Amino acid sequence: MSFHPNDVARRARMSSLALVVGFVVLVGAFFRTQVLQYKQYVLQSEENRLRPIPLPAPRGIIYDRHGEVIAENLPAYSVSITAPNVDSLRSALSQLAPTLQLTNNDINLAIRRYRRAPTRPTVILPDATIDIVSVLEEHRLDFPRLIIQSVPKRYYPDGPVVASFVGYTGEVSESELNDPKYANYKPGQQIGKGGLEKQYESILHGREGVRFDEVDARGRPVRGEGPRPDLNPEGAPPLYTNIDLDLQKFTSGIFADSLQGGAIAIDPSTGEVLALYSAPSWDPNKFTGGIPVDYYKQLLEDKRRPLVNKTIQGRYPPGSTFKLATSVVALEDGLVGLKEHMPVPCTGGYQFGNRYFRCWDRKGHGSVDLEGAIKHSCDVYFYQLGLKVGLSRLIAGGISLNMRDKTGIDLPEENPPLWPYGKDYYDKKYGARGWSNAETLNLAIGQGANSQTVANMARFYSALAMQGQAPRPEIAHLVPQRKQIFKLSQEQDSVLLEGLKAVLEAGGTAGASAIQGLTLAGKTGTAQNPGGADHGWFVGFAPADKPKIVVAVLLEFGLHGSRAAHIASAIIGHYLKVGPITATMDEG
Amino acid sequence: MSRPIISDYKLLAAAGTLSLFGVAMVYSAGQTDTPTAVATVYRSQILWLLIGLGFAYAVGHSSVRFIEWMTTPLYLFSILLLALTLVIGKGAGTAASTKSWLAIGSHRIGQPSEIAKVTVVLMLAKVLSSQRESARSLLDLWKPALVVGIPWLIIMMQPDLGTGIVFIGIFFAMLYWAGVPWPLLILIASPAISLILSFSVGLWGAWFFILLALVLWYRPYLIEGIVLMVLNVATGVVAPLMWEKLAPYQQNRLKTFLDPTADVRGSGYHVIQSKVAIGSGGLFGQGFTLGTQKRLAFLPEQHTDFIFSVVGEELGFLGVTVALALFLWLFLRITQIAERANDSYSSLVAFGLMSGWFVHVLVNVGMTLNLMPITGIPLPFFSYGGSFMLASWLAVGILMRISGEGRGSALSLRR
Repeated sequence: MSFHPNDVARRARMSSLALVVGFVVLVGAFFRTQVLQYKQYVLQSEENRLRPIPLPAPRGIIYDRHGEVIAENLPAYSVSITAPNVDSLRSALSQLAPTLQLTNNDINLAIRRYRRAPTRPTVILPDATIDIVSVLEEHRLDFPRLIIQSVPKRYYPDGPVVASFVGYTGEVSESELNDPKYANYKPGQQIGKGGLEKQYESILHGREGVRFDEVDARGRPVRGEGPRPDLNPEGAPPLYTNIDLDLQKFTSGIFADSLQGGAIAIDPSTGEVLALYSAPSWDPNKFTGGIPVDYYKQLLEDKRRPLVNKTIQGRYPPGSTFKLATSVVALEDGLVGLKEHMPVPCTGGYQFGNRYFRCWDRKGHGSVDLEGAIKHSCDVYFYQLGLKVGLSRLIAGGISLNMRDKTGIDLPEENPPLWPYGKDYYDKKYGARGWSNAETLNLAIGQGANSQTVANMARFYSALAMQGQAPRPEIAHLVPQRKQIFKLSQEQDSVLLEGLKAVLEAGGTAGASAIQGLTLAGKTGTAQNPGGADHGWFVGFAPADKPKIVVAVLLEFGLHGSRAAHIASAIIGHYLKVGPITATMDEG
Repeated sequence: MSRPIISDYKLLAAAGTLSLFGVAMVYSAGQTDTPTAVATVYRSQILWLLIGLGFAYAVGHSSVRFIEWMTTPLYLFSILLLALTLVIGKGAGTAASTKSWLAIGSHRIGQPSEIAKVTVVLMLAKVLSSQRESARSLLDLWKPALVVGIPWLIIMMQPDLGTGIVFIGIFFAMLYWAGVPWPLLILIASPAISLILSFSVGLWGAWFFILLALVLWYRPYLIEGIVLMVLNVATGVVAPLMWEKLAPYQQNRLKTFLDPTADVRGSGYHVIQSKVAIGSGGLFGQGFTLGTQKRLAFLPEQHTDFIFSVVGEELGFLGVTVALALFLWLFLRITQIAERANDSYSSLVAFGLMSGWFVHVLVNVGMTLNLMPITGIPLPFFSYGGSFMLASWLAVGILMRISGEGRGSALSLRR
């Protein structure tokens, strides 16, 4: 072997060089990791050990116009769990199942929540009873990953009374999570599901806070002070509504348990919705934190369809309440004189071609002018007025009176009313020769291809009360929005008003609903219902000369409008504090 | 011999500082939020260190000639112990599936491979120093190859890839120190290099031509040249083809044989947590015993294989640099001892011991940063473990002796 000192010295030099190079490379690698990439690894280290626990924010409180509480928050307990993977979640859940009384469905739901957001604590019970919570607290050590939190829970003190407009809250659903609109939501969070809660979700939901728990590699919380300050949840600002809770309660009381239908009360000058009620109602408190299956089933199977909002979703032929629209169209186009009588007087019906069109009153009304025709709701007069206007103009007039449009009320569920878009509508529906001008007669008296929501009729009568200014009904909007939907002369206006007043005078169709000391104006209507008894309508306002409230009432199976008129006048009387209310409710 | 026991203060200072540093880190490794058995192992580590110092003292009292005389029996004895592990071996730590521990029942006694690292260096030094002429051909190297090859095979059967790598490192380093020409070293290594490069046709092709040029220039025996080229083709071309033909389960079996820790869940997680620990240490670290990755048990094997991650997390870049500088100082000092040793046996022993440690440091520290595969070899003087501590201080004792007998300058070391 070559061990000449020179050789050895050379090899020693080379070896030392190799050693130095090796160590310099190592030190360089540490420099890169510890100095250059320091921030990234500190973050990873914190992500490792800091478990963010979301702190739900209380939803904004909803008030009525006088500061009465419509929706508030109560303390409740939610139970959630963290898990490193689905298998460990599944086994933890099956261990917890007997204590928490979890069904298979609950477990599957929790697993789906976990899959969507594995780093968040997975909600198992959004609203646990105090019994379950106390049992869990006893077994805290067995389930170190379990998180029991006090969370705000939505509560509506008046429950079913306000359900029609306030909606309800519930856990954000999977389809909602897929919606880009809800991109910031996480599984397990509560969200507005209907009514104002949904409409104003962005305002009402507040901002979630975060608490950081330090955990070890197995996810067990480590005792000690918080490693990072909590981010407190920010409660949402309150939502002030135009609702008059007292009137709302009164309205709901009138409908009681037996009547079904819808009523809406609006301030015609601003569109402020004072009351909105659909009967029968349901209890939104039962919906909070998951709808109980049997309650939901019961609501779905109820023939009275409580889940259909009868003021903004239900669509009914407006019947005679629509005659004012026919009148407005005819007057605007100057097609009828104020004192003009129709060629054929009412003898209980009208012969058109080979068909005989009946008046609702077989005794007939004789020859009447517009005011008389409104007072008596004379069909024969309006058949002929309709023919005078003509189908095209009648349809166009209805369109310009927004009979095809949503009112724009601030509720997400509103349905648009149904009204033909033109003559083509009939061609398309029945074929070009499949229909006759008789449709004109039907439309003129509020039947035929015409279905209106209670809200839209309230809006139209607000315009009648305010010289053609139709307000957008607003439950919570602060800026009123109005639109001139027709313009009539002073004389034309007063004829309509006199006709509407006469309806509630002796001999008028709603004469029995008059209130002493208050001039009411309104119109009854009967919506023909092929499926059963006719629906009754009443839309009106008061005081007639300086309207402060417009009320539209629809009574399903109410036969005709007089009973609806009773309800409406009671609501008006209550609101304007005029009494005693003469209307007596005869039920049945 | 009338030389003083402590013949080399620098060597003792470097090794001693590293050991104290290491014991401190083992203590810190036990400081977790949920106390484990690791909490008290620093006491045993101190005990092992004291015993190791005793060994070093005893060896330092002997002479190099006595060590040389003992070499062959020691070597054979360690081979016997190694062979025993195949029969009654146990695994531990990141290498739980291997049989590197000698055990009676469930009681683990020690890791013979740690002792074998020292005895193989001694034996190799003896064989190499007895050859008067430098090796010119591969055939000249059959004896040293056999000395390393037998224990290497046993270790690969345990299987313990990490220790296998250390043996190969020692083998090449000592051949280099013994004056084996570097082209010959490359030729020896060429089949393995072919295997590594075989994943890329282009790279392997380039390597093959370089090798061809080297063979033509160095001119080994014709038969050796041909055999080498054939071997390179076999490992570089045929092996990958055969690999493709294997069923996935067979591939997995081979993989687990080569790297027992390459199981699905383990290794990736370990390395990630180790890097996070080191990276979050920053310039000055989170403070002694305060590393959160370690405290909260995110760091695996924090007292053995990943102890350097604790250094990184708690003492930062500064602590890492100090530790690495101590190692470098130690290794440079040993290189100097090897250079100044009295005879070729001593010189080779010194260099061999140093190269073994160097491979340990390179692989272990590189592993914590994911620069090296996880092979589960400990960090000298740091990782908790009795056998390795004993073997290391045994080596320090030998080095003290060699340093003491060596002269202040390079002499003719020929005997």
